[in-house]
Amino acid sequence: METAAKSASICPAKVSEILAKYSRRPDALVSILHDVQKEAGYLSEEAITEIASGLDIPVSKVYGVATFYTLFSTKPKGQYVIRVCENAPCHVLGAKAIVEALEKELGIPMGGTTSDGKFTLEYTSCLGVCGVAPAIMINEAVYGNLTPERVPLILKEYK
Amino acid sequence: MAMVTIDGRKVEVDAGTTILNAAKKLGIDIPTLCHHPDLAVQAVCRICVVEIEGQKLLQPACAFPVQDGMVVYTNTPRVRQARKVNLELLLARHPQDCLQCVRNRSCELQALAERFGMREIRFEHKLRGLPEDHSTPAIVREPDKCILCRRCVSMCHDVQAAGVLFPSRRGADTVVTPVFGRGLDEVACALCGQCIHACPVGAISERDDTERVWQALADPNKHVVVQTAPATRVSIGEEMGLPPGQIITGKLVAALRRLGFDKVMDTDFTADLTIIEEGNEFLKRLKEGGVLPMITSCSPGWIKFGEHFYPDLLKHISTCKSPQQMFGALVKTYYARKAGIDPKDIFSVSLMPCTAKKYEADRPEMCDSGYKDVDVVLTSRELGRMLREAGIRFEDLPEEEHDDPMGISTGAAAIFGATGGVMEAALRTVYEVATGSELPKIDFEEVRGLKGIKEAQVKVGDLDVRVAVAHGLGNAKKILDLLREGKANYHFIEIMCCPGGCVGGGGQPIPTTMEIRGIRGNALYEADRGLPYRKSHENPAIKQIYAEFLGEPLGEVSHHLLHTHYTPRQKYPSVAKAVCGEAAG
Amino acid sequence: MEFYRSHVLVCGGTPCVLEGCKGVRDALIAEVKRRGLDREVKVVETGCLGPCDLGPVIVVYPEGTLYQKVRVSDVPEIVEQHLLKGRVVTRLVGEAPQAGVVKYEEPTYLGVQERIVLRNCGVIDPESIEEYIARDGYRALAKCLTEMKPADVIEAVKKSGLVGRGGAAFPTGLKWSFTAKADADQKYILCNADEGEPGTFKDRLILEGDPHSILEGMAIAGYAVGADKGFIYVRGEYVLSIERLGKAIEQAKALGLLGSNIFGSGFSFDVEIRKGAGAYVCGEETGLIESIEGKRGEPRIKPPYPGTEGLYGKPTVVNNVETIANIPPILLNGPDWFRKFGTERCPGTKVFTLTGDINNKGLIEVPMGITLRRVIYEIGGGIPGGREFKMAQTGGTSGGCLPKELLDVPMDYFTLPEHGSALGSGALLIMDASHCIVDIAECFMRFFEHESCGKCTPCREGTARLHEIVAKIARGEGKPGDLELLDELGSVMQVSSLCGLGQAAPVPIKTMLKYFRDEFEAHINDRLCPTGTCGI
Repeated sequence: METAAKSASICPAKVSEILAKYSRRPDALVSILHDVQKEAGYLSEEAITEIASGLDIPVSKVYGVATFYTLFSTKPKGQYVIRVCENAPCHVLGAKAIVEALEKELGIPMGGTTSDGKFTLEYTSCLGVCGVAPAIMINEAVYGNLTPERVPLILKEYK
Repeated sequence: MAMVTIDGRKVEVDAGTTILNAAKKLGIDIPTLCHHPDLAVQAVCRICVVEIEGQKLLQPACAFPVQDGMVVYTNTPRVRQARKVNLELLLARHPQDCLQCVRNRSCELQALAERFGMREIRFEHKLRGLPEDHSTPAIVREPDKCILCRRCVSMCHDVQAAGVLFPSRRGADTVVTPVFGRGLDEVACALCGQCIHACPVGAISERDDTERVWQALADPNKHVVVQTAPATRVSIGEEMGLPPGQIITGKLVAALRRLGFDKVMDTDFTADLTIIEEGNEFLKRLKEGGVLPMITSCSPGWIKFGEHFYPDLLKHISTCKSPQQMFGALVKTYYARKAGIDPKDIFSVSLMPCTAKKYEADRPEMCDSGYKDVDVVLTSRELGRMLREAGIRFEDLPEEEHDDPMGISTGAAAIFGATGGVMEAALRTVYEVATGSELPKIDFEEVRGLKGIKEAQVKVGDLDVRVAVAHGLGNAKKILDLLREGKANYHFIEIMCCPGGCVGGGGQPIPTTMEIRGIRGNALYEADRGLPYRKSHENPAIKQIYAEFLGEPLGEVSHHLLHTHYTPRQKYPSVAKAVCGEAAG
Repeated sequence: MEFYRSHVLVCGGTPCVLEGCKGVRDALIAEVKRRGLDREVKVVETGCLGPCDLGPVIVVYPEGTLYQKVRVSDVPEIVEQHLLKGRVVTRLVGEAPQAGVVKYEEPTYLGVQERIVLRNCGVIDPESIEEYIARDGYRALAKCLTEMKPADVIEAVKKSGLVGRGGAAFPTGLKWSFTAKADADQKYILCNADEGEPGTFKDRLILEGDPHSILEGMAIAGYAVGADKGFIYVRGEYVLSIERLGKAIEQAKALGLLGSNIFGSGFSFDVEIRKGAGAYVCGEETGLIESIEGKRGEPRIKPPYPGTEGLYGKPTVVNNVETIANIPPILLNGPDWFRKFGTERCPGTKVFTLTGDINNKGLIEVPMGITLRRVIYEIGGGIPGGREFKMAQTGGTSGGCLPKELLDVPMDYFTLPEHGSALGSGALLIMDASHCIVDIAECFMRFFEHESCGKCTPCREGTARLHEIVAKIARGEGKPGDLELLDELGSVMQVSSLCGLGQAAPVPIKTMLKYFRDEFEAHINDRLCPTGTCGI
C-alpha cells in the first residue's frame, strides 16, 4: 500500500527545500503544489504563503491556482481520501449504489471526513479506468469493478 | 491596412485592430461589459460577440482582430440572441437591487439591461450568498454583485501591482477575492480604490460616510469645517452633470456653504505648507547627508503600499504628513485658537478624490491635535450624492472664495492633484529657497503628462538634482525595485498611488478612464496658470502661519503637528503556523 | 539475443494492476524458475492487452492463448499444464464468442482490429527500450534525421491525412506547418495527455503500454517544426503512466535517442513530464499551456493560436497522445501506407474505449469509419443479458447520444457531426434500455458544471443552468418551456463560449432532446419516467 497522506502541516524549511528543487521558478507552481501537498496532506495557509514568498508572486495567485485544481486541497483531509467517480460510464454501471454503500459504511456524507480523521469521501471526475467501472481511488490506489458488497471489504484494508 | 465590411459598410483600419474599434470608426457601438479601455482584454462576458462570415462560432469583438476582406455582422438574430441569453445568465445571478445600489445609474450591467430591453429572466434567480466585506474604513466589497468580468483583477495586478484581488475556486463557484477569502483589512491592500473604477457594477465601492456628515451639519453644537482637495475642483462638476475638465472651485465652495458647512477651507493651503516642510526636509537631507533619494509622502495609498511591500525603504519617505492630515492637525489647533473655538466642538471633514484617505484619517497616529484630526473623509462621489440629495444645482451657483485663514493657496498647490505636480511644486520652491534667486522658467514640462515614469534633471546651484515621478503603483514598483537594488540614481522621487495622480483617485467620479484622468490633470495646470501666486513660498497665508504659529519650517511645532512616522506592515496575512520540531525537518 | 520457446505476456495496464497482475507476474516468474523453465520461458509485463474488464489478463506465445481473470493461485496450474505439458487450461479462457482456445491476435475475439497506434501495446515490455527498438522503434526518427528535411517530414504527415485524435480533428501536418513557419528563438512540442473525457482511457493505456512511441513521435515533430524541447502534460491521476514515461525518458537519454545531437544529426530534443492536478479544462490546449506555466488552467483567447504564440509565448505544437503515436509508423511506412486504413476523408485507425452496458469493455483500435453496430456487436460482444440497445454516446461526455436508428452511421470525424455528435476522443458509452434519459442527462450536465473553469459567462453560468434545469426535470419539478430553454441556452453556449468546453457541453443534451424528447416530456408533463428507473 502506498504511503498514507499525513494530516500534519508542513514546515517552512521543507517548503523552501521543495522550492529550491524547482529553482524557485513561478512556472513550476503546479508541480510545487503537488510536492507540498504530498508532504503535508493539504495546502495550509502557511504553506501557500511560504510558496508565494519563495517564488515572489502574489499570494492571491498561489491561492487562486491551489483552489482551481481538484487534486489540491486547502483544508486538511482524512488520512485516506476516497475519490468516487460518478461520471457517466460509472454512473451507468451503478456508481450511485457505491456512493450509498460508502456513505453508509463510513457514516459520513460525500464531502465529509470521518471524526477520527481517517477517511474523506469526495467525488472525482473520471479516473480513466472506465473499463472496470464503477471505480474509486483511495489515495493513489484504484479499485474497479465495484459492487456495494465489495465496499466494506475494501475499507477493511484501511481500517 | 485591412479593409473590412461591417454590417454592409466598408472601413479601412490597421491590420490587427479589434472588430470593436473598427466598428467604432463606422459609428457602430457594439455593447461591451468586461471590456475597459485601459485594461487587459478579458473577452469573458461574451456580450460583444459578433458574427464573422465563414465562421460557425461567434467571436468577441473586443478581442478579435480584423483581417483584410473580413465580413462582420454585429446585429443578426444569432448575435442578439447570444447577447441577450448571456446577459440573462448574468442577471439571474445578480442581486437586481438596482434601486438600493450605489451604482444605480452608473452601472454598466444595468445600462445593458436597459439597452437590450430585458423584461424577463427565465432562469431561477439565485445569488451566491457570499459575505460582504466591510472590514476597512475605505472600501466595501459585495461579492454577490460581482459578475466576474475580472477588470478589477487586471487593475489590481497589472496596473497597481498590489495583487490583492484574484479569482479563486472555479466554475460557478469562482469568486474574485483577497487571499483565503479574508477581508481587505487583513491583506496587503493599499485601499487605492482603483478596483472601484474598474468595476462595471456595484461589487466594489467606497464606504459611504455621508450620514455622519449630515448628522454633524445638523448638530448646532458642532462647528463643521471642510477642506477641499486639489483634485476635487476639477472633478466634482462630473458629479453634477458637467463634462470632465471643468474648473469649478468657486461653485464648489458655494455649494459646500449651501450644504451648511460653517467654514470651507482649502487643502491647497496645506499643500503649499507641505511644499515648505518637504522642500526644507529635502534640502536638509541633501546638506546633512540624510537618506536619499527622498520620496514624497502625500499619497496615502502609496504609503500603505510602501509599508506592506517596502518596509525596508520607509526611511526614504518624507516624514511630512499629507496635506489632508496637516490640515486636520491645524484646524483643531491653529484655526481653533484663532477663531476662539474649542477644538472638541470642531468637526473636521475633508473632501478627497481618494478612498485611501479614509484609512489615513483613521490611523491612530493622526490625532496630534489632541483629537481626531480629520473626523470624516468624503470622496468626490459621496459629496456628489449629498449635493444631489440637497437639490443643489451648479448652474445656479455663484463663484465664492475659500474661508480664511487656511483658504489661500497657490498654483503650485493646485497641481498637487496631477502626476508630477508635487515634484514641480517642490522644485519651484526648492530652487528659490536654495539659490535665493528667481526661477528662470516656472513650468517643468518634463514631469507633466501620463507617461508612467518621468525623469528630469534640474540644476540647483552647483548640484544637478535628479528627480523621478511615478504614478500608479505598478510604475512605483519599478522605481522602488531599482531603489532596493541600489540602482535608483535620483535625489527626489514623487510617487502617486493612482494612475494620473489624485485626479484619477479611487474616490473620483465614475467613469474615470485614462483619457478622463488626463483631461482633469490638464484642467489643474490651467488652474495653476490662472492663479496670482504660483509658488508655495509666496503664499501670504503660509508666511502668516509660520509667523503666528509654526515658527520655522521643520521647527518644533511643525515636528509635532505636521510630521509623522511609518509602520512596517506584513506583506501576507497572518496564518496559523505549523509546529516545527526536528522530526519535521 | 537469447531464444525462448515461450513468452508469457502479463498485461500491466492499470485495470489489470487493480486486479492484481503484479502478484500474478511475480508468481509466474517464481514458478517458472522453480520448475527450471527460466531459460526457456520468458515472463514479460506489457502494456494494455485490451479486454480491461477481464483482468488480470495474460497471453502465452507462441500459441497466443489468452487467459483471463488469472489469480496467483492459478499460476502453478498454468505453468504445469501449459508451459510444461503444452495443454491449455480451458477453465481460464472464459466464455469467448467461439468456444475453445482463444487466440489473442485472431479476429475471432477482438474482431476487426487494425493496430497502428497500439502496435506495441501488449506486445512489448513497455519498460524496455530494447524491445521497442526491436520492433522498429526509433527507426522513423533515424530516417527523418538522416534522410529527410523537416519540410519533407511535414509534407509526409500532411499527405497521410492524419487529423488530431484529441477530438478537434485539425489536420496535424497543417498544424505543424504553422509552427514551422513561425520565426522564433524557441519552439515547443506539447503532448496532451490530460485525458479527462469521461469514458476515455486510451491515452493512459498507450502511455503505459508504449511510452517510447510518444517520445519518438514528439522528437519527430520537434525536428519537423524546429523545436528542441517537449513537454508531456499527464493527468495527475495517471500514476503508472507518469512512472513509465519517466523511465522511458531516462532510457532514451541514456541511448542518445533524446538529448543533444541525436544520431549525430545536430538535432537535439529533450522531453519533460508535467503533472496535471485535476482539471478537465486543461485538456483544452491553451488551458494546458496555462497550467504548464503555473497558472489556473483557464483557456486563452484565440487568436493568437498556440502554433504561433503558445507556451511562454513561443510557437508551440500541441498534439494528443494518440496523434503522436501515429507519427512514427507514418514516417516509417509512408503516407500512402497510412491512407490504406480508414476512409478517404479520414485515413487511419481510431482507438476506442468501450464502456457501459457492453460485454467486452476495453480498448480497441479499428479502421476509421467503422459503424457503431459492428463495434458493439462484433467487437464488443453485444449488450449483457441480451438487453435492448438504447443509445450510445460517442466521443465522451462532450459527445452526442445516438439512438438505435443511427447504429449504421460510419464513425469518423466528419460524419458524426452531421448527426449532432462527435467522434471526439473515441470514448463509446453504451447504454441499454433500462436507463432513464433524464437521469443520464443530469449526470452529463453535473460533470460540466463541475469542470467549467468559470472564465466566460456562457460556460460558467450556462453549465450550471443546464444542470439545474435537467435536475429539476429529473425531480419531477420540470415545467413547460424548460426544453425550449435548454435548447436555446445550449445553442448560445455552443456559439459564444470561449473554449471547446462550453461549446461542447450542450452537445449531449441537445442530441438527447433531438432523439429522446418524448422521454423528457413525460417527466415534465406526466411526472413519470417511461423506463421507471429514475425514481421520479
